[in-house]
Amino acid sequence: MDIVNSPGEHPPNSRQPAVTRLGDRVFLGMSRGSGILLLVIMAAIAVFLTVRAIHAISLDHSDFFTTFEWNANLQPPSFGIAVLAYGTVVSSLIAMIIAVPVSVGIALFISHYAPRKLATPLAYLVDLLAAVPSIVYGLWGGLYLVPHLQGLNLWLNEYLSWTGIFHKSDPSSAARSLFTVGILLAIMIVPIITNVSREVFRQVPKAHEEAALALGATRWEVVRMSVLPFARSGIISASMLGLGRALGETMAVATVLSASPVLSARLLDPVGGTFAQNIAAKFAEADNFGRDALIASGLVLFVITLLVNGAARLIIARRKEYSGANA
Amino acid sequence: MAKRIDVSGLSAYYGNHRAIEDISMTVEPRSVTAFIGPSGCGKSTFLRTLNRMHEVTPGGRVEGKVMLDDENLYGAGVDPVAVRRTVGMVFQRPNPFPTMSIYDNVAAGLRLNGSARRKSEIDGIVEKSLKGANLWNEVKDRLNKPGAGLSGGQQQRLCIARAIAVEPQVLLMDEPCSALDPISTLAIEDLIGELKEQFTIVIVTHNMQQAARVSDRTAFFNLAGVGQPGKLIEIDETQRIFSNPSVQATEDYISGRFG
Ligand SMILES: Nc1ncnc2c1ncn2[C@@H]1O[C@H](COP(=O)(O)OP(=O)(O)OP(=O)(O)O)[C@@H](O)[C@H]1O
Ligand SMILES: [Mg+2]
Repeated sequence: MDIVNSPGEHPPNSRQPAVTRLGDRVFLGMSRGSGILLLVIMAAIAVFLTVRAIHAISLDHSDFFTTFEWNANLQPPSFGIAVLAYGTVVSSLIAMIIAVPVSVGIALFISHYAPRKLATPLAYLVDLLAAVPSIVYGLWGGLYLVPHLQGLNLWLNEYLSWTGIFHKSDPSSAARSLFTVGILLAIMIVPIITNVSREVFRQVPKAHEEAALALGATRWEVVRMSVLPFARSGIISASMLGLGRALGETMAVATVLSASPVLSARLLDPVGGTFAQNIAAKFAEADNFGRDALIASGLVLFVITLLVNGAARLIIARRKEYSGANA
Repeated sequence: MAKRIDVSGLSAYYGNHRAIEDISMTVEPRSVTAFIGPSGCGKSTFLRTLNRMHEVTPGGRVEGKVMLDDENLYGAGVDPVAVRRTVGMVFQRPNPFPTMSIYDNVAAGLRLNGSARRKSEIDGIVEKSLKGANLWNEVKDRLNKPGAGLSGGQQQRLCIARAIAVEPQVLLMDEPCSALDPISTLAIEDLIGELKEQFTIVIVTHNMQQAARVSDRTAFFNLAGVGQPGKLIEIDETQRIFSNPSVQATEDYISGRFG
């Protein structure tokens, strides 16, 4: 066998002076141009929004981050995001706690447990659910889910009110609470998370699964040893996709929650608000300044989303050494 | 710790396609049996029927009997999971669990099926298995590094260590050296020679010299044509197969006149 390279032969990876062809140059120019254009547009939007938001915050008479009420139309204006940030984060958190395990379970069932005859229509159904517009979920949530969750709310209040978070101050009030919003959001994001997770599970290399099987692993052990570790970063990405939708969801929250500027740890009380719901509710009556104030709240939502995404990337990157992607 | 395999009248199907037909043979304990034959004649398929991995493939189906000493692997009520614990397998391409460290790879099988063992016991088995796979000296200082970071040959020996850690009765190897360089191949061939003291070994190979070097008995498979099922042509002492086979087709194949 000839192991030594013959003299003058380039190692395969060395960069050689590129031979440029017209088509390559046109394509390069186009892709580079549109990339730059996109960045410029995004930067322009960001600058525009930030300038107006800072302008609004500077005229805010009370502290933007700790104030509960949103009265941007008052003279002097007084508004803050405390309730909105809390409500957004808490309702999305509830949604994630419910939706991620359920979605992973459904996705695993479709990809690894169900017989093909059942898996195919099931996968199709999930696809369909993911395409339902959120206003439909919102209407269904407001008209159907709210009255039907009253029983669950009362049950939680009866047996778990000692926890504090499941204490319902007025048992006769409707279930228009952050808790209900969280459940509705969970229902809304289950299809997306399921979809993406299922796709990831399907891509687990056969060799990994057979490695576990040949050791005498049961089906669940195959899932635990081969499928879940391989799909871990994919599940996180899927969850982030769902979380993104939950954080920004407007209609589903607006139809369910009775918004009021109260920041309460009691998740069953019909109080609270979220960024998106507040923007939708206040936008019509807002004057120019009021709109700038709403933009400021929108920017905070954006920053929260960025932070969450960054955290997810950190989690994924931390175990890159062990990722199955290059095996 | 090694058992005799006795196959009789075994056919295997992919859906309606019969890949192998009516195979009967005996594999002696504490010996190496090599499977040779042209591509597509069903060597891998047959090998996978010996630890009930064939039925994992969608549409995979088996007829016939595989006796492991006096237990029929395809008998009613036999748990395929239990079969695979007794009959280990090493694949053509090294497939360590990419998310696991070297240590965890070897310990993976020990932690299955709810078997709780003490850490010190697992430590001992991991070391013994890695030594058994001639890998210990190369990895003992980095047991907690990912198994995917090893070279191909090391990964394959890691897979062998993983397979022998659960102390199977039989070890099936499907072209274990085909993705490896000559030096790693030699290391694994030596290893097979050592392992046969303890295990019954079946190895599929396309490399005639390898079959001649490592095996005690050799089985030659062939198929009549494309789309036809593969059949066992003959099985005999390796020496005889390579010097004086009783079927002409075997001699033709070995001397390179076809296939
Ligand atoms: N997953 C599968 N689905 C359908 N048919 C298959 C599948 N795997 C193998 N076959 C068919 O079964 C027959 C035997 O294949 P097998 O892989 O056992 O051959 P082999 O002797 O191992 O070949 P090679 O030496 O190339 O590995 C072939 O005709 C092949 O096309
Ligand atoms: Mg094969």
